[in-house]
Amino acid sequence: MSGFFKSSIGRKYAMALSAFFLMFFLLQHFAINILSVFSPDAFNEASHFMGTFWAVQYLLQPILIFGVIYHFVMGFYLEIKNKNARVVKYAKNNGAANSSWMSRNMIYSGLAILAFLVLHFIDFWLPELNTKYIQGNMSGLLADGESFRYYEELVHKFVNPIRVIAYVIAFVFLSLHLMHGFSSAFQSAGVTSMRKEKLQIFGKAYAIIIPLGFIFIAIYHHFNH
Amino acid sequence: MNLTLKIWRQKDAQSKGKMVDYKVTEISEHMSFLEMMDVLNEQLINSGEEPVAFDHDCREGICGMCSMYINGEAHGPDRGVTTCQLHMRMFKDGDTITIEPFRAKAFPVLKDLVVDRGAFDRIQHAGGYISVNTSGNTQDANSLPISKHAADEAMDAATCIGCGACVASCKNSSAMLFVGAKVSQYALLPQGQVEATDRVRNMVAQMDLEGFGNCTNTGACEVECPKGISLENIARMNRELLKSNF
Repeated sequence: MSGFFKSSIGRKYAMALSAFFLMFFLLQHFAINILSVFSPDAFNEASHFMGTFWAVQYLLQPILIFGVIYHFVMGFYLEIKNKNARVVKYAKNNGAANSSWMSRNMIYSGLAILAFLVLHFIDFWLPELNTKYIQGNMSGLLADGESFRYYEELVHKFVNPIRVIAYVIAFVFLSLHLMHGFSSAFQSAGVTSMRKEKLQIFGKAYAIIIPLGFIFIAIYHHFNH
Repeated sequence: MNLTLKIWRQKDAQSKGKMVDYKVTEISEHMSFLEMMDVLNEQLINSGEEPVAFDHDCREGICGMCSMYINGEAHGPDRGVTTCQLHMRMFKDGDTITIEPFRAKAFPVLKDLVVDRGAFDRIQHAGGYISVNTSGNTQDANSLPISKHAADEAMDAATCIGCGACVASCKNSSAMLFVGAKVSQYALLPQGQVEATDRVRNMVAQMDLEGFGNCTNTGACEVECPKGISLENIARMNRELLKSNF
């Protein structure tokens, strides 16, 4: 089986598996974040559960970190390998005649998402690690010791319009990445052809609705803080 | 029609090539693309120049020998045809046409527009066959019941002529449509089951060894394939390889 994951097709499976996990993670991240629009209390409760439940912290979080790193590292590795598979470039190449812009530029949409993740980690993840594991404060409470801090932290981040614009741009790139990535992952996993109509429609819907939802959340909090 | 041609000229495999401009006049729209190339070559020979080397054989769209990258697409702008079946009516008077060899590290240029597609032969040798005793007591293939659906799908996969347009069109120079078709044509039939495990493993290993890139599912190969080989064959090859590990 180790030989399988060293083959070109084995790596496709691995990329697809990490993509499935990341797409599932994105869905649950969205489901929790959208609560912040309708009910700050429900958002706080869900965030506290995700931030303190052992299985999420010590089982799912390491898998997520591995999945993100693997997807990026393997994505770059395969891109370099693929570039090397054609030493002399075409003088004229009409890629638009046979494939979508999204499918040909996954590396660039991926790079934009990576840049966003750095910002996102600095914004949320690193302060979260600092609060919980360096300061040892697992209560999830504000300094007043009475109410949860998660909703306040989220809203505070979207006060700055520059950050909101950066988030909107990043989610546009995420949408472009998913436009091809969703059905491509199914094709790579050998489930069925990416040309299957229903899969295409579902993939496009996911690629539009989820990033658009995140954009809505950022803009909503910017104008309602 | 009068045309300007920008053609890749390369003396041999070791030389560095370059694009060279040529003019051709009075080209009929009813000519095939290769007939237009013949006109150019007659012109070059008459003026004492080296004619442009290009691969061709049957000129009926079934042998898979012709292999030009025309105006940025394998086999040119038409769909479901090889270069020999591409007609000049697809172009307009005064057009500039860029003609290059199929480009991939695994398809080295031998001369001008001729590339070595031996990598495909070596992948076929690695497992693209079934072992049959031909000593005189060979079983009639029709004695094995095969569903119409499976037979049709296997036949569709088997129509791959191995021209290499999939590799040439792919931004990654991946050969997975070709290998997927060759794996599929046997995987769908009972005759192919006995050696199925070794076949897919060996063919994929050889494909990787030849230096083809990795498929990223852009679908360019399926669009440019003169025989319309479906991406479904790549998905099937992926399943076959996974299955071969259990």
